[in-house]
Amino acid sequence: MVETYDVAVLGGGLVGTAIGLGLAGQGLRTAILDEGDVAHRASRGNFALVWVQSKGMGMPRYSSWTRESVRLWPDYAASLREESGIDVSLHQPGGFTLALSEGELERRAANMARLNAQPGFEHLDYEVWDRSQLRQVFPEIGPEVAGAIFCRLDGHVNSLRLFRAQHVVFARRGGAYLPNFQVQEISRLPGGGFRILSGERCIEAGQVVLAAGIGNARLAPMVGLDAPVRPLRGQALVTEKVAPFLSHPIVTLRQTDEGGVMMGDSQEEAGFDEATGLGILGAMADRAARMFPKLGQVNIVRTWSALRVMTKDGFPIYQHSEAAPGAFLTTCHSGVTLAAAHALAVAPMIAGEGLTDALDAFHPRRFHVPAAS
Amino acid sequence: MTRLDQLNDLKPIYDVVVVGAGPAGMAAATEASAHGLEVLLVDEAASPGGQIFRAITETPLHDRRVLGEDYWKGRAAAETLLASGVHYLPGATVWHLDPVLQFGLSVEGRAAAVTARRAVLATGALERPFPVKGWTLPGVMSAGAAQTLLKASGLVPQGRVVLAGTGPLLWLLASQYVAAGHPPAAILDTTATGNWRRAVGALPAFLRSPYVAKGLRLLLRVRRAVRVVSGVIELSIEAGDGSATEIAFRRGDRPMERMAADHVLLHQGVTPNVNLASAAGCALEWNETQACFRPRTDAWGRSSVAGIAITGDGSGIGGAEIAALRGQLAGIDAACELGRMAPEVRDGLAASVRARIAAYDRGRHFLDLLYRPADHFRLPHDEALACRCEEVTGRHLREVAALGVPGPNQMKSMLRCGMGPCQGRLCGLTVAEVIAAERGVSPAEVGYYRLRSPVKPVTLAEIASMPREERDEKAVLRV
Amino acid sequence: MFQRLPDADDAARRTGIRFTLDGLPAQGFAGDTVAAALLALGRDTCRQTAISGSPRGPYCMMGVCFDCLVVIDGVGNRQGCLVRLREGMVVETQAGKREVGR
Ligand SMILES: Cc1cc2nc3c(=O)[nH]c(=O)nc-3n(C[C@H](O)[C@H](O)[C@H](O)COP(=O)(O)OP(=O)(O)OC[C@H]3O[C@@H](n4cnc5c(N)ncnc54)[C@H](O)[C@@H]3O)c2cc1C
Ligand code: FES
Repeated sequence: MVETYDVAVLGGGLVGTAIGLGLAGQGLRTAILDEGDVAHRASRGNFALVWVQSKGMGMPRYSSWTRESVRLWPDYAASLREESGIDVSLHQPGGFTLALSEGELERRAANMARLNAQPGFEHLDYEVWDRSQLRQVFPEIGPEVAGAIFCRLDGHVNSLRLFRAQHVVFARRGGAYLPNFQVQEISRLPGGGFRILSGERCIEAGQVVLAAGIGNARLAPMVGLDAPVRPLRGQALVTEKVAPFLSHPIVTLRQTDEGGVMMGDSQEEAGFDEATGLGILGAMADRAARMFPKLGQVNIVRTWSALRVMTKDGFPIYQHSEAAPGAFLTTCHSGVTLAAAHALAVAPMIAGEGLTDALDAFHPRRFHVPAAS
Repeated sequence: MTRLDQLNDLKPIYDVVVVGAGPAGMAAATEASAHGLEVLLVDEAASPGGQIFRAITETPLHDRRVLGEDYWKGRAAAETLLASGVHYLPGATVWHLDPVLQFGLSVEGRAAAVTARRAVLATGALERPFPVKGWTLPGVMSAGAAQTLLKASGLVPQGRVVLAGTGPLLWLLASQYVAAGHPPAAILDTTATGNWRRAVGALPAFLRSPYVAKGLRLLLRVRRAVRVVSGVIELSIEAGDGSATEIAFRRGDRPMERMAADHVLLHQGVTPNVNLASAAGCALEWNETQACFRPRTDAWGRSSVAGIAITGDGSGIGGAEIAALRGQLAGIDAACELGRMAPEVRDGLAASVRARIAAYDRGRHFLDLLYRPADHFRLPHDEALACRCEEVTGRHLREVAALGVPGPNQMKSMLRCGMGPCQGRLCGLTVAEVIAAERGVSPAEVGYYRLRSPVKPVTLAEIASMPREERDEKAVLRV
Repeated sequence: MFQRLPDADDAARRTGIRFTLDGLPAQGFAGDTVAAALLALGRDTCRQTAISGSPRGPYCMMGVCFDCLVVIDGVGNRQGCLVRLREGMVVETQAGKREVGR
């Protein structure tokens, strides 16, 4: 007998589990189908920022959507804690982007001004700090640090605990997690609904949500969806646990609640290669040591690389299939920042009447508009 | 041999870079050098010898009976190295190797990059994790650690000393303590009783191998001087005032028994130290008899990555004699690959080495079967720490495994096990085996941690000092 | 507590290497690593962990377990089993997390 569910979420990363626990919370019998242990899973290698400041150049709606999620985050963290007993350590004290020269600071400030000047952009408060202001918050900055951009809305979480908490809550809400289920084929059933195949295994579901990250590119066309995503490699380093040292997150440098200082993150077009390389790690280490010279003597205990899920314009895609109603696509690269919106806003839409106009800007038709000359 | 004292003495490129100056690495390096290759031999320790011949050139012990003749055999290997043309860099940690054969290594807080035309990894073995309750307490250490203290500093534990576990090294240490006039209070033998039955088929071959005579002599010497408790199926170490004071144990279905202990020395065999090989991209495979992962290698020790050979115990446990012979093969093969001899010549040289390996291999299988540690000691007790660095217990692992965790990498994301400075060396096998047991499959299916450089912690400044190109900078700074 | 075999305790070594341990004068022998010297002095605990603060001491003596961490000459989290003892060294217990700059 084929197992059947109300809805099958394809992908068990941060996006899939956030949506999955949201759907299970709406009373739907939900399954999450996931690959095995070795997989391209950005959820295990991200930088854990809940971040607003630099986002939305070219799509104002992305900035406001991000801000909606950031506002939902405290409630989301509280509900995760209540249901799983896991504290994901959400801190939203505001965050910085540090500049290592006057020129860099000017360029970053100009970018922020351009962001805000876009037509239809909901005004974003930010501040440009000079070196002396910055030293009040970070007394240990190095001599090259010229200043920073500060935005009060920014913050971070413990993303590995978030990953576990989402899995635990999904399980507690009765969801079925099916690992080692690498989806090969999705087909429509005559009476509605979908059949999903992986080798010998097969399940059926009334609705299907694609949240397979990089894997969406292959799966989407099977159900009339469009996911032009590519991998963009990011590498990161983390130090041994040190006593609290950074009070606020910086876009490329943050201290976790456990004590490790994370440094990242590069952006490299490297296909599906998840290697780490001495050159890039060296460049990241060098910038970090110039920001905080005392970090130079701290030990790096791990490095990793992960593949970001990138669309051509860098913005998310949310789509409800017209050809195969009941099939949805959700893909984005900031799965930590958007987790709250995915669980609390997108999942109810999927469980209810479908995606609302609020997500219209994220339809992939935007990739097919002929570019204005 | 040329001893390099600092990183500045390094050349940017060598024909062969050998990592590890144990029996395997010394043999590989001297062999390759004898064929005219320029060889760099690097080791973290301050003097050559590896684990078995630790401090062989500088041990303070003079009475040869204490460490035994097998130890002193290391002198010859060290002397061959001294007389060779090898460049030897002691006190250096190799923390990076990539598929283009670029190494990152550090000496006293400074780092350098070196490129090899061929890499030989002879990183040896680690003692298998022994995740019983209390194994993290001060006063508890591995038998190998206690042996290192004896070899390098002439130190023996004082007070009530209990050895617990299974495997040749445990008995060897006991005999060395006996010879030193400090027999331990007891040995708690955890060898599974069923192992004798499973090993008996391999006994005839063992009886014809070079291991027999010395093995039996050693057992007799220990049994005459030390109380041996056999058939132990449960262990737990208790603390008073922060350090070990007592060990509790169970035999068969008897009640728990207790014994006072100031020092508990644990051992249940050794497994290949795979971190550097795996981080360089070399494929691993599960070995069911030895219950460990090891790098996949061919008859020359070549790994799945072109140009990287893995030899000695690091490629699969065979013991010191086999390690040295396999090291020699890797050295010969490197010389052939780099054009110093024709393949026919190489094969001729290798034939006699292989014959000697076969003689030792005969006895090895029996030892593997007899000393295969019991399932209940490879799997952690619920209360025991499985991951010492991140303080993750057996219970944590089982709870999270129940969420459907497919393998160690997902487990690592969820519980941080394997993320500490030891980088999974003391929990990797435990975690893989717990998941396998919970899923009812073989560890072969579950897999191992994905490992990356740095395989040993290095400072941020050391990583920042590595050579890089403009495109690396561009990928990092984006304004 | 570890003791030296009389065989190892020859005249040349008995001169010893002086260092300080948590501010107090201490002595080890030539050839000792920091971890070995501490064990010979009866110091089986050398650190408290960064997570629970529980006491730990050297476990592997071969550089893999990271339980022998101590502060050496002001630098935290150093592996005592890999560092040779040197005259005048300043060794301290590693109490929990290391501090940046120390
Ligand atoms: C603690 C211990 C004690 C043992 N004692 C005995 C014994 O008394 N008798 C016996 O028969 N067998 C003993 N064994 C087993 C024995 O060690 C092996 O069979 C034999 O040493 C294998 O030789 P090898 O050259 O492959 O590795 P090893 O002798 O282990 O040599 C490996 C070398 O590589 C170095 N190394 C590893 N990684 C790096 C790196 N990243 N950078 C730089 N250097 C590195 C290490 O410092 C080491 O010197 C012991 C094993 C252990 C773990
Ligand atoms: S005692 Fe294990 S790393 Fe030093």
